[in-house]
Amino acid sequence: MVRVLVPSGALGLNYDETALQRGIAAGPDIIAIDGGSTDSGPAYLGRGVSKYARASIRQEWAGLMAARAQARVPLVIGTAGTCGADSAVDWMLDITREIAAEQGKPLKVAVLRSGQDPAATAQAWQDGRITPLGNAPDINADVIAGCSNIVALAGAEQITTALQTGADIIIAGRTTDTAIIAALPLMRGCHSGGAWHGAKIGECGALCATNPQSGVIMIDFDATGFTVTPLADGAHASPHTVSAHMLYENADPFILYEPGGYLDVTGAVYRAVDNTSVRVEGSEWVPSDDYTVKLEGTRTAGFRTVAIALLRDPHYVAGAAAWADDIVAKCSAKIEARMGLADADYTLELRLVGHSASFGTLETRTGDPFEIGVIAIITAPDAAKAAEIGKMLNPYLLHHPLTQEEEQPTFAFLFSPPEMHHGEVFEFVLNHVLHLKDPMDAFRLEVVELA
Amino acid sequence: MPELRSLVTKVRSKNAGPFWLTIDIFCGSQAAYERVRDDLATTRVAEVFGTDSQTIKRFDIPDLQVVKFSLPRPAVQGSLHDRDMHGASWAALLGETVI
Repeated sequence: MVRVLVPSGALGLNYDETALQRGIAAGPDIIAIDGGSTDSGPAYLGRGVSKYARASIRQEWAGLMAARAQARVPLVIGTAGTCGADSAVDWMLDITREIAAEQGKPLKVAVLRSGQDPAATAQAWQDGRITPLGNAPDINADVIAGCSNIVALAGAEQITTALQTGADIIIAGRTTDTAIIAALPLMRGCHSGGAWHGAKIGECGALCATNPQSGVIMIDFDATGFTVTPLADGAHASPHTVSAHMLYENADPFILYEPGGYLDVTGAVYRAVDNTSVRVEGSEWVPSDDYTVKLEGTRTAGFRTVAIALLRDPHYVAGAAAWADDIVAKCSAKIEARMGLADADYTLELRLVGHSASFGTLETRTGDPFEIGVIAIITAPDAAKAAEIGKMLNPYLLHHPLTQEEEQPTFAFLFSPPEMHHGEVFEFVLNHVLHLKDPMDAFRLEVVELA
Repeated sequence: MPELRSLVTKVRSKNAGPFWLTIDIFCGSQAAYERVRDDLATTRVAEVFGTDSQTIKRFDIPDLQVVKFSLPRPAVQGSLHDRDMHGASWAALLGETVI
């Protein structure tokens, strides 16, 4: 049996200390935690930085490093620093080094880097070693070569290689959410369908149980399946909460693609062991002939300036959509005349909060709001142009009348200056897989001794 | 003609990666499950999200009394015209659909 302790759905979300201690007392074989996600958007991979505060990561990681020393088992983090780019891995290693110095014990750290060289990736595309997944954007070698960061998602094979170094701590760059949990059970010969399925159920911590905020869970893997147990007071897993977790953030609730094959849970049977634990058997791992890893890549989408105005006058609230359309038309003409920028050179949108900001043209409701927030979003090829367009928009946001006949209105601004400069913005450009001869071909493993 | 959300326990949506949106309708009872399964056509969901019904994956899951749809995101997550980074608001649009 292999016992995996998962402290939380992600480092930075905190965990229940009492439940963690309960997990340590139960004798885990490994502590595994996810460090990232694409869920907060392309900026983190684009910039190669973490979403969470360094102070939070430092405190939570120090607690896990202490727990690891107590349990004398490996501690592994996947997708370090939110995005798993090499710069984020280095950031995590730096934090680990600081904590190790404070805790005063020598440590062996395996660092698995997932960053890909954009030029080499563009060459792989030219060579036909990259193929698209569903709804992949159209790309070409230039788009790939122009990415700010590209990472490959490591699977169980690369985590296994890192574990085989005998490291105390593994800091991995981008991995699949499941790989860090599945690796040790697979390495020790547990049921492969059960290993991947249990890893999927456990990757968000206690989201598969009641009291999902409590974080800490234990998953026991063996020759026929797995058993999941939430460890916090008042947290219970049931066949319903566990099986329902297969729906979460999954396009297909029965099939999960991973490097080297896919998990099929169509035949899985969920059984309550008691009021808290759930036993699962019958899931199947289907290996593939071809070893592929998914790629994530980001490129710059421009530089953004944002401004906010508020409409409260009933006449303008009622006419907000026409007012916004007229501003965009008139301001765009002025931008072309005075700055020489055509519509294709930049974007200018006014989103009306309280009217259609969430769904745009798909909105089906018409209401009677008394107030509308106007968010102007400008994206241009450089920050200076975005700022300049913001200034050109300013008189319209402040004073634009619905008709020429009426007195010049003045709208509410929250700030001076009203424009906020968001800086460089990024977009995801890859939904593709890279074909590999050997799983380690796209990854680099380094062992660091910390004294 | 009730709104979908008044018939079921919960309608939730979320990103399934940056390029896909997934929507889970937790019906909460066998009767509600059968009603949603039979009366909520995939073509209707396509209309709500302004997409082609051929691109939508549908899962009717009796064990969980869930009807699930996955579709290409109306705008790629975080792209210039995206309005909902986590994809969680889109559920409201489907929840308000009359069936």
